[in-house]
Amino acid sequence: MTAPYTRLDDVGMDEVHLTTPVADADIARLKLGDVVYLSGVLYTAREGVYKKVVDDDRGLPAGVRELTNVNFHCSPAAAIRPDGTYAVEAVTATASFRFGKSFPKWFERSGSRVIVGKAGLTETAYREWFVPAGAVYLTTVGYGLGATYGKAIRRVVDVHWLRELGIAQALWVLEVDRLGPFLVEGDREGRSLFALANREINARLAEVYRELPPPALSRFGEVVSREDEVVL
Amino acid sequence: MAKSIPAKLIEDTARELTSRAAIDIPHDFRAGVRRARDRERNRLARFVLDEMDRNWDIATEDRRPMCADTGLPRYYVRVGNEATIDGGFVALERALRQATADATATIPLRPNRVHPLTRIDHNNNVGTHAPEITYAFEPDRDFIDVTTVHKGGLFGSDYRMLFPADGIKGIKRFFVDCLVQFGKRGLACQPAIVGIGLGGAKDTCVRLGKEAACLRVVGSRNPDPEIAKLEQELTDLGNYIGIGAMGFAGTSMVVATHIEVAFSHTGGLPIGVHQFCLSSRRATARIHPDGRVEFRDDPAWFTDYYRREGVE
Repeated sequence: MTAPYTRLDDVGMDEVHLTTPVADADIARLKLGDVVYLSGVLYTAREGVYKKVVDDDRGLPAGVRELTNVNFHCSPAAAIRPDGTYAVEAVTATASFRFGKSFPKWFERSGSRVIVGKAGLTETAYREWFVPAGAVYLTTVGYGLGATYGKAIRRVVDVHWLRELGIAQALWVLEVDRLGPFLVEGDREGRSLFALANREINARLAEVYRELPPPALSRFGEVVSREDEVVL
Repeated sequence: MAKSIPAKLIEDTARELTSRAAIDIPHDFRAGVRRARDRERNRLARFVLDEMDRNWDIATEDRRPMCADTGLPRYYVRVGNEATIDGGFVALERALRQATADATATIPLRPNRVHPLTRIDHNNNVGTHAPEITYAFEPDRDFIDVTTVHKGGLFGSDYRMLFPADGIKGIKRFFVDCLVQFGKRGLACQPAIVGIGLGGAKDTCVRLGKEAACLRVVGSRNPDPEIAKLEQELTDLGNYIGIGAMGFAGTSMVVATHIEVAFSHTGGLPIGVHQFCLSSRRATARIHPDGRVEFRDDPAWFTDYYRREGVE
């Protein structure tokens, strides 16, 4: 078990290289803010794939679960060449919070233990859904290191559900070499790097808003406190 | 009578513009991000901006898109009043749609455009009302300026009807609200160019805010000194909040603030705020009737004529 950080400035940003499938011992050693590079095989999955695997109860395509335990919330800037091969030039992540309620079933059906995405989830989400599955969350950097990440793709191993879901939503199985950098955002204990940052940001928000009164006309809203987040 | 501009030339130019926008970060924005990086004291936020800078080099060297979310390609066309197009505007619109479909496959772009309900994707970024084409006009000119913008766009923008009594403080509060709600976790992919549309009707301020973010270069100022002063105040305020790149506690939130105004209802002060992300993709070309094509970074969309206040 890694020790908790109390301040953002204490984060060590140690460089870590992982190979897939990522071993449980390696997952357990990851500390918030570690700079991670991945080599091996991973697959993309976003709304379309989550719907098939979780809502429609179809599970992952045969063989994918055995290949890797890394799921990248992304879809590539890709095209199918006239000869039938694939051009994948850039990859970046899509925001992960939207898959929140799917995670318990997702982990069970996919066996994934490393989720790579954009912007992470809340500590509550990590504790409830990630910790029981022994999973961690790596956030992409930028955002928008599309060319950097694209350069690390060695080949397209396979593409599933291309016709049904389209290029942007299909499940792409990619072989990668030193794909990164990513930052450890959610660790095995369910702590979050963004939560650490938000505590520091919130500490001065009252001062920022001190001379900015609410407007004449209010709006209905799900989030009222400026210290809360719009991501649930 | 000037010669007509061939539709084929518009199509070829739009294809090249689409490629440049997706791959090459505009110089003015990159310089602005570097200044934000140099001011930034938070180590994580600095790391993020150094990686972004390196990413832009890789994109340009390899001719690959800087970001895989290649946004929603769209066009802004400024037409000289003396310009004519072979086949007219129908041919121009066809050329822009064809260029979008072709470039999606050849660059490649991510085919982001889907039907909102069926989610059907034509895999070419063309569909109903896609790509959007916005027009403006300019007197005494015989060329057309074509700008493409590929704005990402799930987070970072908001609209609100404020009232005259809310005043500058109301504008500042809504601005801070937008930056705080979308700045945490870096949802807005900041530091960004923040565009603000003030006044007009609801749709006018939303449109102007987007144009202010996407079609003015970093370093430009609104010609009205009072508005230019507010632009600077808001940039300073945005960087004072305490949020940096990726939502790490820091100062790198705003590269520049651009404000554009429109005359509004006497009882209202509508505001639209947009954040043009770290992949601020835009490229412009001027197409002359003699066939010359000049590429540039600055859309120069906001002309004196476009901002005119009187009848003429």
